[in-house]
Amino acid sequence: MSRCPSASTLEAAPIVSETVIIVGAGQAAGQAVASLRQEGFDGRIVLVGAEPVLPYQRPPLSKAFLAGTLPLERLFLKPPAFYEQARVDTLLGVAVTELDATRRQVRLDDGRELAFDHLLLATGGRARRLDCPGADHPRLHYLRTVADVDGIRAALRPGARLVLIGGGYVGLEIAAVAAKLGLAVTVLEAAPTVLARVTCPAVARFFESVHRQAGVTIRCATTVTGIEGDASLARVVTGDGERIDADLVIAGIGLLPNVKLAQAAGLVCDNGIVVDEECRTSAPGIFSAGDCTQHPNAIYDSRLRLESVHNAIEQGKTAAAAMCGKARPYRQVPWFWSDQYDLKLQTAGLNRGYDQVVMRGSTDSRSFAAFYLRDGRLLAVDAVNRPVEFMVAKALIANRTVIAPERLADELIVAKDLAG
Amino acid sequence: MTKVTFIEHNGTVRNVEVDDGLSLMEAAVNNLVPGIDGDCGGACACATCHVHIDAAWLDKLPPMEAMENSMLEFAGGRNESSRLGCQIKLSPALDGIVVRTPLGQH
Ligand SMILES: Cc1cc2nc3c(=O)[nH]c(=O)nc-3n(C[C@H](O)[C@H](O)[C@H](O)COP(=O)(O)OP(=O)(O)OC[C@H]3O[C@@H](n4cnc5c(N)ncnc54)[C@H](O)[C@@H]3O)c2cc1C
Ligand code: FES
Repeated sequence: MSRCPSASTLEAAPIVSETVIIVGAGQAAGQAVASLRQEGFDGRIVLVGAEPVLPYQRPPLSKAFLAGTLPLERLFLKPPAFYEQARVDTLLGVAVTELDATRRQVRLDDGRELAFDHLLLATGGRARRLDCPGADHPRLHYLRTVADVDGIRAALRPGARLVLIGGGYVGLEIAAVAAKLGLAVTVLEAAPTVLARVTCPAVARFFESVHRQAGVTIRCATTVTGIEGDASLARVVTGDGERIDADLVIAGIGLLPNVKLAQAAGLVCDNGIVVDEECRTSAPGIFSAGDCTQHPNAIYDSRLRLESVHNAIEQGKTAAAAMCGKARPYRQVPWFWSDQYDLKLQTAGLNRGYDQVVMRGSTDSRSFAAFYLRDGRLLAVDAVNRPVEFMVAKALIANRTVIAPERLADELIVAKDLAG
Repeated sequence: MTKVTFIEHNGTVRNVEVDDGLSLMEAAVNNLVPGIDGDCGGACACATCHVHIDAAWLDKLPPMEAMENSMLEFAGGRNESSRLGCQIKLSPALDGIVVRTPLGQH
């Protein structure tokens, strides 16, 4: 018996051993492995990952791991012994180069071919590269993997000059770590504010002021047109023709989903691998989970591609269940966190299309929540050091709650009671 | 090494030994104790590491920070013995600690 019990109880013939291949060994993959076994899948699991390490958590890469206060072992989703115990064939440092969706086979970069019954594409994404003269400068880095951090660490020395291109969450987290380590940090952001795509101007200005207080130089509405200089020094050229010297440059300008395999195999892709609410792709037996998927979200009646741990975990669970014939449709309020200095930002929901922002508490106190509404309905929250507001909002968003702005702003109503 | 006893909601007892300095959440996740997910990896952001500390050990723990207390407000089955496992660092002083896992996490 090697299928999920629930899916096979009605079948009379002896069940052939099934194989699940998981492509990519990141957050979604790690979850899927654990969930497959939890759901009772008894067949063969092959985990193929291009990075030479077991599935690990990326968030610390721009936080404690970058700061050097967390060793690699503590990033692992599961300890090495787990994979043995769970009888997982781990092929690490190996990439899948070809997918044949009809014959249900993959080819690996070492030439091997493997057959599968179910496949999970958990290929995540890669850092978007700068596209300007000097983009191959040896002092220019990106931050997506442990190997990337290894390449950056040596340059994180007090007094060194760091230029960050892009003022998103990851960029600002790096800025916070580097400023604390004593580097001279400059953030260059093309948009009028940092975090422009994800927060409202008030929250963005708050984060800018926090960083400025920590000594970080933030320059918005500033594009980068090139990187000059030799191996000993990078010189970042801005749109106004200014040149900023840097010992280290890190670009954090977004993520591109890894869809090449899927696309070449004829799977439907559209800013990600298109899946349904059970993580099924357009090809039978092939599933996808994590940063690489474009998936439906019932709470917003729209299709999304998300880059968050929570999404990777939940889709990993959903895909594993679906492979076992169990429907566990994905219905989640997206959420995310970011740690900068003493601030914990927790954001829930998506603010896309908001027509009103309600502030609860003031940014001056470094503890506040910004609620985003559309037609009175709560869409999202950015909570800074306000965990209760975050938790309450998550529930309200899930229920598509219409709520009076005055209530949200009224600190005399304790946060917990906002739900009531 | 610190010994930890996890008692699952269904009564299953698991004795594990972990390196000092790891958190109670890591002790559970590394030893595949069901019911403790630790989704945020210990950032005190998800509350999927909620545990109940045996009464005999509760006083030996450092007090809760405001963040932990607030995150627990919405944890299912919260009571006086509730803590977030990721916020408790294991040390010889906690050798033998007994911890119960809740019915489910959110
Ligand atoms: C620096 C940083 C900080 C972050 N901070 C947060 C945070 O605070 N909170 C949060 O919620 N999220 C955070 N994220 C996002 C979060 O880490 C991702 O959303 C999550 O890792 C996505 O998981 P995944 O499994 O989809 O992809 P990944 O974890 O990226 O894993 C995909 C894996 O697939 C491999 N792969 C790709 N193609 C192939 C192939 N053909 N063959 C074999 N292997 C392949 C890749 O090498 C990679 O290892 C952060 C990300 C980064 C980079
Ligand atoms: S692991 Fe997320 S709060 Fe403890």
